Amino acid sequence: MEKFTTLTAVAAPMDRPNIDTDQLLPARFLRRPRDEGFGDVLFIDQRFDDDGNPRPDFVLNQAPYKEARIIVGDRNFGGGSSREGAPWALLDYGFRCIIASSFGDIFYNNSLKNGLLPIRLPEDAVKAIRAQLHENPGTTITVDLDAQTVVAPDGSTHSFDIEPFRKQSLLKGLDDIGMTLEHESEIETFEKGFQQRRPWLFANA
Amino acid sequence: MSGKTLFEKIWNDHAVHTTEDGYTLLYIGRHLAHDGSGHAFGFLEKRGLKVRRPELTFATPDHGVPTTSHKVEDITDPVQRRAVETLTKNAANHNVTLFDLGDRRQGIVHVVGPEQGITLPGLVMVCGDSHTSTHGALGALAFGIGASDVYHVLATQTTWQRKPYAMRVSINGDRPFGVTAKDIILSVIAEVGANGAARHVVEYAGDTICSLSIEERLTVCNMSIEAGARAGLVAPDDTTFAYLEGRPYAPKGKHWEMALDHWRALPSDADATFGREVTLDATTFAPMLTWGTSPEDALPITGSVPDPANESDPVRREALQATLDYIGLEPGTKLEDVPVDQVFIGSCTNSRIEDLRAAAVVARQGKAKVPAMISPGSSLVKHQAEEEGLDEVFRKAGFEWRESGCSMCVGMNGDLVAAGKRCASTSNRNFPGRQGKGARTHLMSPAMAAAAALTGRFTDVRTYAEKA
Ligand code: SF4
Repeated sequence: MEKFTTLTAVAAPMDRPNIDTDQLLPARFLRRPRDEGFGDVLFIDQRFDDDGNPRPDFVLNQAPYKEARIIVGDRNFGGGSSREGAPWALLDYGFRCIIASSFGDIFYNNSLKNGLLPIRLPEDAVKAIRAQLHENPGTTITVDLDAQTVVAPDGSTHSFDIEPFRKQSLLKGLDDIGMTLEHESEIETFEKGFQQRRPWLFANA
Repeated sequence: MSGKTLFEKIWNDHAVHTTEDGYTLLYIGRHLAHDGSGHAFGFLEKRGLKVRRPELTFATPDHGVPTTSHKVEDITDPVQRRAVETLTKNAANHNVTLFDLGDRRQGIVHVVGPEQGITLPGLVMVCGDSHTSTHGALGALAFGIGASDVYHVLATQTTWQRKPYAMRVSINGDRPFGVTAKDIILSVIAEVGANGAARHVVEYAGDTICSLSIEERLTVCNMSIEAGARAGLVAPDDTTFAYLEGRPYAPKGKHWEMALDHWRALPSDADATFGREVTLDATTFAPMLTWGTSPEDALPITGSVPDPANESDPVRREALQATLDYIGLEPGTKLEDVPVDQVFIGSCTNSRIEDLRAAAVVARQGKAKVPAMISPGSSLVKHQAEEEGLDEVFRKAGFEWRESGCSMCVGMNGDLVAAGKRCASTSNRNFPGRQGKGARTHLMSPAMAAAAALTGRFTDVRTYAEKA
């Protein structure tokens, strides 16, 4: 996955709560191979009308947000399904960071594993930042992962939490497997003990 | 030291390694795969890795399978056909147990796991599907993961997870007549919100929950994810053990006795503490349905569509108006006055035999006024329903009796709700576009969905149901 260190980019405000994974990537595109990309189908039913023309009222279709690489959402962004196509679609479209007051847990985990940084900020902060974006469409936000800060358009700095484990893999662009294989002998030892303690699980007749 | 919760006991039992900052490498006791697992197997092969413990993975096609026929050659959509065929191939190549199309054990992965006794108490169980929370009904810690994590599980039989927080939802009291497991969980979600349980594992407790059958507990745990929870679970008890005994993959003989000893020690200790506690009174519950586009938008059938004018916050008002625009309802409309275009009874939430029996009680009392379709949760459920003559009841009432699969819950197999059409559905998600582009979904119990089929509008099932 691509590293994440710092990012200064245009941010698009999305005011509605519960932007679920079915909206991010409708189920009919789930079977696409990963290397075909998902950027063209992100939010497809909201971005385009029935004839395939862009809907002017959808935020990402508006001129100031053409270059957006950050979304500032609301509550429960990415709630719903476990489809990894949701973060893939956001990434392939060009987003690297989503700021919201809360996330769907599986979406949050999936994002981290693909180099898309999900940032939880308090509800008031998220609301205030969105208001600033509405006031000045096309304005930028700066995210510094190492410092764990978001600098809003009004210059205010907001700190965010991220587990050191995830932060490191994002900063270095590492996936989990490499690290897990370092624990190979531990897994083996555990497995032997587990098999003795819970033999019925391994008696797959 | 205070006692441990059920969730903590399972977690600790599967912890291979914990980093200084609290990330745990968890061993996976059971992994379930389906026709959406193609990405993960693909990543595995690309990296030249093997499935580490093939005997711990079980697979069945469900998401994209047709419900008009279970012959692979009848799958007209080449993309879905390839997905089903790929699963067959992957299972064969990697020695994974498969209940394929045509096998009676095929079905929705979350129906098949419990039915086959693959799901067991005390397990950490994962699947590349968010409704893996279903399996918690048997006292397993079961949660959904994405394709990268599925790949990781296939390769290493482990997953890295941050320990979620513990939450308990206690529900006590006798549920009023007409209130089903679906109404219980919709009431919980309406109370805590669609993301109210985020980063938590919810243990459902209290005498109402203890009195539920396993199938009812499966319905409750299934929709834990709709409250944002990482997982939902119920302490295993004699109901659980009676359900599991004799199932094909449940332990036998000496192993059964060993397993029972372990399982009986699993329930949360009396002095265990939960970071959050929610208590609900089941005597206040009523048959529910959703009016909006989030599962938290649930109200009793006697309620009315909310009015954005009553929202003081302008952003919220606009969001509510957008919801009503999508769902095509006017503020203040009585839910019982809303006409429906079609009915779907199925999905991993409500497609087991008890669900079909409940729907049949209503279906016996009339004829469907709108198209209604039933997709049993597994081919075994379908078979059992046919033995009980339920298929005849439904056919006589004008319902369509289909093969098993995810079907109209997600529409990947082509069972779609057309744009602007309103569907009374027993599934779990009413998100915009979930059942098809522009589809309007209303979640409710099987009995309520059947009642809506008979009247052509949302209907209080209490006017139909037989008093017990
Ligand atoms: S029935 Fe619906 S919710 Fe359940 S696994 Fe299938 S698509 Fe997912």
